[in-house]
Amino acid sequence: MERDLIAAGFGGQGVMMFGTLLAQGTTDATDKQVTYFPSYGAEMRGGTANCYVAISDDAIGAPVMDQVDDLVIFNDASLEKFIGKLKKGGTLFLNTSIVKTRPDRDDITIVEAPVTEMALEMGNAKVLNIIMLGVYVGYSQVIDKEVILKAIEHKIGAKRPQLVPLNNEAFEKGLEIGKAARK
Amino acid sequence: MARIFMKGCEANAESAVRAGCRFFAGYPITPQNEIPEYFARRLPEVGGNFVQGESEVASVNMLYGSAQTGTRSMSSSSSTGISLYSEGISFMASARIPAVVVNVVRGGPGIGAIQPAQQDYLQATKASGNGGFRMIVLAPSTVQECVDMVYEAFDLAERDDNPVLILADGVLGTMMEPVELPEMKSDEEVAALKAKYYEKAIVGHPITDRKLGVPGSVGTGQEIRNIEAAAMYKTWDKDIRCEEYMTEDAEIILASYGISARISKAAVKDLRAEGIKAGLIRPITVSPFPYDVFKNLDFDRVKGILDVEMSIPAQMKWDVEYAVQDRLPIHECLRSGGQIMTKEKVMEEAHALVKEVL
Repeated sequence: MERDLIAAGFGGQGVMMFGTLLAQGTTDATDKQVTYFPSYGAEMRGGTANCYVAISDDAIGAPVMDQVDDLVIFNDASLEKFIGKLKKGGTLFLNTSIVKTRPDRDDITIVEAPVTEMALEMGNAKVLNIIMLGVYVGYSQVIDKEVILKAIEHKIGAKRPQLVPLNNEAFEKGLEIGKAARK
Repeated sequence: MARIFMKGCEANAESAVRAGCRFFAGYPITPQNEIPEYFARRLPEVGGNFVQGESEVASVNMLYGSAQTGTRSMSSSSSTGISLYSEGISFMASARIPAVVVNVVRGGPGIGAIQPAQQDYLQATKASGNGGFRMIVLAPSTVQECVDMVYEAFDLAERDDNPVLILADGVLGTMMEPVELPEMKSDEEVAALKAKYYEKAIVGHPITDRKLGVPGSVGTGQEIRNIEAAAMYKTWDKDIRCEEYMTEDAEIILASYGISARISKAAVKDLRAEGIKAGLIRPITVSPFPYDVFKNLDFDRVKGILDVEMSIPAQMKWDVEYAVQDRLPIHECLRSGGQIMTKEKVMEEAHALVKEVL
């Protein structure tokens, strides 16, 4: 069983961190195969950023896909660019604080979360990606939540341990939204 | 052994350090910058030397200089940068200097695009410089294979006194995957490797006693060197490596190497699920090329080949055609200019081939 996703948004929204936490966490805590491919080029803060993550029980073929199961979108430009790559029956995760348009497709499920506003309410706009990661894991259940909590401690805690509780809280908030959307 | 989540470029560099590499010179170019970046941090920790050269030409000649002392040495660049290495690589092949070079291929020709490609196949396998020399060229398709091949490349280079090339691409360089790293050679082992090379190394001998590092000279000298080198290339049949996947009963064969091969392999699984008898032949050594694997195909059963590469025009197809001659139709499935091969594209071209030949 393979599950592929694209995460895309503005540079600075934590799109790459979203992908690496998911992939790194899965590598550390499971036996699954994982690939993470970051877009690269002349990107900078305010530009566009995207990454591809595949998680599978077997060897992974393409690290970059034409069609994915899940699409995690942080801004309108990315929605327009990537909506065509979402499989029929796939799930679209939307940061509704920023994304105002909605795709013209009735063959997908949309999971909405105002993650930028939620992050601001928590007092740190930067954790919006972690909230979205919670939404994604809570809804997709592709991995256990402990996998991400460990990855937060491992990756964020290594340099800034004081930020771990805030990130954990952000992740849990997102997790609740994701789980609720499942029902 | 624990799995570590690593970027292809960094995994390449760490593996080289573990193999005993203690010198790196290079010049920045995307998408291989994380290799020199990693070495710059890592080599001082193990008593090695890192130099960012003032150019590719300077860097490859520093590599030549370091490698001929017996220090395990490596450099990396990308496509248009590797073109600038041509002279240095040719000189190392002429002087029979063991060194490892990694090409993290990007678009081409010329400056091309910084995005991934497989546009340097013919340059890598046939003529990485003037003079008709040859190299063993290894083509990884996963980050783990990058690790394993770089580690082994130093042994191959020293066995043959010849440079070895790793032909990767921008996807393998930038993507992250779980890897298991090889054992770190101890300081004693690294010193022993260098000591073993002492007799050949160009230090501490009168010039007349040199065993290596004697590039072409007047009279018959050059021809003797060329005859010796050609004889050595002929010993590489034993080094040919090729992955064959579901080829036993295959009616169509996908031929692909490196990053495109893993995508083709996924396509083979999907084609099989549709009831199409597809198989994959993946050259792991693209030089020496596994011609016999193609020559020995059952041409009554196999009806066609799909050559899958991230290069326009096709390049590996020359080698496949050389082996197959006109016994089978060979279709192309190609991307270029920074466009990455996808399974969907391979499936589409495979279906077109099936429609025509089955």
